[in-house]
Amino acid sequence: MSAVPVTPPPVSADAAPARPRLLYQPAEVRTGWRVLPTRIAAMCAVEIQKLRHDRTELYTRAVQPALWLLIFGETFTRLHAIPTGGLPYLDYLAPGIIAQSAMFIAIFYGIMIIWERDSGVLTKLLVTPTPRAALVAGKAFAAGVKSVIQAVVVVVLAALLGVSLTWNPLKLLGVAAAVVLASAFFSCLSICIAGIVLTRDRLMGIGQAITMPLFFGSNALYPVSLMPGWLRVVSKGNPLSYEVDALRGLLIGTASHLPLDFAVLAGAAVAGIAAASALLGRLAK
Amino acid sequence: MTAPDSDSVVPAIAVTGLVYAFGQTRAVDGIDLTVPAGKVFGLLGPNGAGKTTAIRAMTTLLKVPPGMISVFGHDVARNRMGVRRLLGYVPQQLSADSGLTGRENVALFARVFDIARRERAERVAEALDIVGLAEVADRMAGTYSGGMVRRLELAQALVSAPRLLILDEPTIGLDPIARTSVWERIDDVRAVTGMTVLVTTHYMDEADQYCDHLALMHQGRIRATGTPESLKQGLAEAWRDAGRDGEPTLEDVFRHFADSELLGDQDGGSFRDVRRSRNTASRVG
Repeated sequence: MSAVPVTPPPVSADAAPARPRLLYQPAEVRTGWRVLPTRIAAMCAVEIQKLRHDRTELYTRAVQPALWLLIFGETFTRLHAIPTGGLPYLDYLAPGIIAQSAMFIAIFYGIMIIWERDSGVLTKLLVTPTPRAALVAGKAFAAGVKSVIQAVVVVVLAALLGVSLTWNPLKLLGVAAAVVLASAFFSCLSICIAGIVLTRDRLMGIGQAITMPLFFGSNALYPVSLMPGWLRVVSKGNPLSYEVDALRGLLIGTASHLPLDFAVLAGAAVAGIAAASALLGRLAK
Repeated sequence: MTAPDSDSVVPAIAVTGLVYAFGQTRAVDGIDLTVPAGKVFGLLGPNGAGKTTAIRAMTTLLKVPPGMISVFGHDVARNRMGVRRLLGYVPQQLSADSGLTGRENVALFARVFDIARRERAERVAEALDIVGLAEVADRMAGTYSGGMVRRLELAQALVSAPRLLILDEPTIGLDPIARTSVWERIDDVRAVTGMTVLVTTHYMDEADQYCDHLALMHQGRIRATGTPESLKQGLAEAWRDAGRDGEPTLEDVFRHFADSELLGDQDGGSFRDVRRSRNTASRVG
């Protein structure tokens, strides 16, 4: 880059600070591989700052999983209707509800993108040295951070209800990783839909329409072996099933397929980021 | 302000034969434009003249073929990220994240411009200080007035020490005091850094007072360029030749070049008879 016309600050009487301002010097530029992690960190920081300012969403979003665990879980534990391999149904259900509540947050993340588009915030971010894929990845992981915080609430709730969960920190780290990857995928799905439908109302409608099928078409509530053949196929292609499988294995200790689960979740997240980046251009117009 | 060496340095923006169409509508219909480095350049024109489209192309938001626009010698089509690193951009719409404090809003832009952590906090504080928001920096941006949001956006754009600041209607909707204050802040920074400023505005008094160079755009084309003085001088001569007395204002120049469209906006044909006066609102549309 050619020489920047920077002159020393003038010593005028009304110029407030005498020290040279950093602002008058061009910023140091870090590029290359560091762009992606710094953008992800920036978007995650924003998400945490927002949650720190306003925790209402955290509390209101805890109501639904609490009801699922308290009412549905407690009742079905008594029914013994679902074969869980000797586990109390509540224990079997808890990882499913963690996954579900995280998915609900992510699936409506596109609304925020549309809001940012309408308010002009997205336009400004698109003019910063941030490749679209890095911006989308940042948003996806920010949704993941939000989901993990939500998951912590549900884990505590489940523990209070007497679900015997692991407290092995490595396994809990694995849980967080699974939740982040799945949320990254679902938030990208949401951004993709946002990029196609372009309005908040339509996105709300579609979000409502797909969350329940994703939830019921997974192993969150019942084992896949109980499902009719066609639903098993749906469940096989549903990333939520792999998330639940991983969470159940890590938290409760049931037989699971962790390498496959994480491979599918990571693959889904990468594919989601790629697709959402391609569609982000429609929102930028 | 005249810089004798302005011809010897690379122009801040060089536009050659820029065409951009939305479907059948040619919003920008072949413009050539040179924005000299270190100047305040005003792009004027009635609503729908194509100013915002031109600016969106310059800021890499709209894709244009290589060879049409270069920013400090970097082609916007070939070196998108390089161009964005030089830019500070304030879009027309007032946009700040209301869920964050003023400081957090600016810090986000410091992060996405890769400003090193050790100087980030200080740069952010200086940017807020220079726009006069230091005292309210930790209040939520949602509580800011329109003028404060605009100054916050200015801080966001300045935090990376841009070489080119692009402002799309920066003072639209602001009261006269807020308008002056925005311009003063821009001037303060410019005086020290030699930053180039490209601004679109509908306020002719602002263009007259703050811009070194002007280009008048109408129906996707550049109709006139020059300093405010030379443009007024040119019209004065045309008036004299037509046997008309008086000193034309910049608003008269604007009307002279944009008249046909203004007529198109009016239902009756009586608009031509309206006395051209200084008191007519200079905000068109």
